[in-house]
Amino acid sequence: MPTRTVLVGSASGLHARPAALFVAEAAKQPVLVTIRTSDKKPVPARSMLGVLSLGAKKGTEVTLEADGDDAQAAVDILADLLERDLDAVDA
Amino acid sequence: MRELRGIGASPGGAAGPVYRLAPPPTVPPLAENVDPEAEKATVRAAVVAVAADLTRRADTVLEKTAAEVLRAQVMMAQDETLIDAADIAIDGGADAPHALTDVLAGHRAAFEAAGGYLAERVSDLDDLRDRLVAACLGQPMPGVPDPGHPYLLIARDLAPADTAGLEPGLVLGLVTAEGGPTSHTAILARTLGIPAVVRCAGILDVADGALASLDGASGVVVAGVSADTVTTVNADRLAEIERRTRSQGPGRTADGHPVALLANIGSARDLTGEVEGVGLFRTELLYLDRSDPPPYEEQVAAYRDVFAALPGRKVVVRTLDAGADKPLPFLRLAAEPNPALGIRGLRVARQTPSVLSTQLAAIAAAAAATDADVWVMAPMVATAAEAASFAGSCGEHGLPMAGVMIEVPAAALRAGQVLRHVDFLSVGTNDLSQYTFAADRMCGDLADLLDPWQPALIALLASCAAAGVEAGKPVGVCGESAADPAFALVLAGLGITSLSMAPRSIPAVRESLAAHTLAECRQIAEAALAAPSPEAARAAAGA
Repeated sequence: MPTRTVLVGSASGLHARPAALFVAEAAKQPVLVTIRTSDKKPVPARSMLGVLSLGAKKGTEVTLEADGDDAQAAVDILADLLERDLDAVDA
Repeated sequence: MRELRGIGASPGGAAGPVYRLAPPPTVPPLAENVDPEAEKATVRAAVVAVAADLTRRADTVLEKTAAEVLRAQVMMAQDETLIDAADIAIDGGADAPHALTDVLAGHRAAFEAAGGYLAERVSDLDDLRDRLVAACLGQPMPGVPDPGHPYLLIARDLAPADTAGLEPGLVLGLVTAEGGPTSHTAILARTLGIPAVVRCAGILDVADGALASLDGASGVVVAGVSADTVTTVNADRLAEIERRTRSQGPGRTADGHPVALLANIGSARDLTGEVEGVGLFRTELLYLDRSDPPPYEEQVAAYRDVFAALPGRKVVVRTLDAGADKPLPFLRLAAEPNPALGIRGLRVARQTPSVLSTQLAAIAAAAAATDADVWVMAPMVATAAEAASFAGSCGEHGLPMAGVMIEVPAAALRAGQVLRHVDFLSVGTNDLSQYTFAADRMCGDLADLLDPWQPALIALLASCAAAGVEAGKPVGVCGESAADPAFALVLAGLGITSLSMAPRSIPAVRESLAAHTLAECRQIAEAALAAPSPEAARAAAGA
């Protein structure tokens, strides 16, 4: 099953705008991707409430996982997004 | 037509359809014989309705941060896991409101456990819960209504949180059933320049959408006016605003005696138009909704924003005025039976001195980076020793002008001794009334005792002003009474050197002072001081 572990790159952590951008991108993917931190259960990446509740800050290690066709591509797209500083992205 | 009477809290006329501020819904006891399928359908319908309403608001709100918060709420509402988890709760016997409340309570706990930014966002989750539950129960959406056109906002009373997003262009006037002339509603209305009437019993009996007019000076509200009346009242109001904006210049009596007219502000955003200076910069805004004190750098930036906007002009910064009545989690203050009489204002520094020292250092750094004439004052000072201690702290931080607020009768009675240690006084008449008359500011039933025309309050003001004249040091007033054009004459006559108020109140006070000589103001002050009652004091002043 495709898996990738990355460090959150956004200055404000995985909250506010970064979380909204990440969740919106996850909703576009054809497969269900989950995200988890080392100490919490995986939640659907397209769940705003779940993603926020992880409480991931800048530098927190998060793991993405998906199954099925195109799973690797979906995990890669979302992992790349997480590594960027989304607070610096123009609206 | 039906005439209702309240207390005028913010002058001006306004008219339009009324809409009420709905309170948060109360969740009824768990329904018996729950039909799971019907409850699940209710959850789905509530999600659709709330998401649509929040999306519409996000599209129309002008402020970018507010729009982002609303869009994040939409994404939470539309979260599929919310519906899935609610379905599971419903299968376990819950009805729709309880299912949604329970599911969101779980996320709320996770937000709080995460701390920092997320812990500060629990209010967004609570608001979402209230909206979803209201939609399930068929109740109006809680919070400030948004009918999509200008209206009169009516409410039992308004809390600061209710009004954070209030838009003056949409809310033509405010009428509350409770509250007094010094309640949050009144202060907010004067700050925003919105005509308001408080303590208007019966206003909540007026139906949403009905046309009404209000006079924020006399306190008269008329329900059931014609559309023509609405047009006339609002046109008069616009003409009045137009006339006022043309009034300019420093405050002076007819014979040229200066009385500085300063602004009360909470941030640089409140500075509208030209002002002589700022007589009260409230710094609480920086500290609210936080689990930790604001960092030094952030404070320096916020103070610098204000100072940079006022080169060469006076800015009086009030240090943090918090306590059990305005709780801040990082101060870790225990609940008190009488918060107004407890650890608040400068008294907080007895337990947590670092909060004050960080703030003074940040003010000094911001002052050094700009050309504003920065003065600093402490709230809730009771004794000359407290004043001396605060002045000492200001001196250590290189702040040249240190003063204190006079809100406690003990300090007013010993104003001369207090002034030996500090450079100026600023009388906060709202709290001074509350403490002099043992009458809670928020208790509308005691509004008559909180009237600034009470001779006992005028006597305390006179003693502070006299102490200032004797010491050759400035004594200002920054309470709501300074915004009353007639009372301003009394204050000028007593020897008060500056009046600080919501910026929009300045033009009317400026006109009033300009129409009277200093000798006339002194006569008015003497008559008010000698009067046996507030009514007699008003009559003596010709108000």
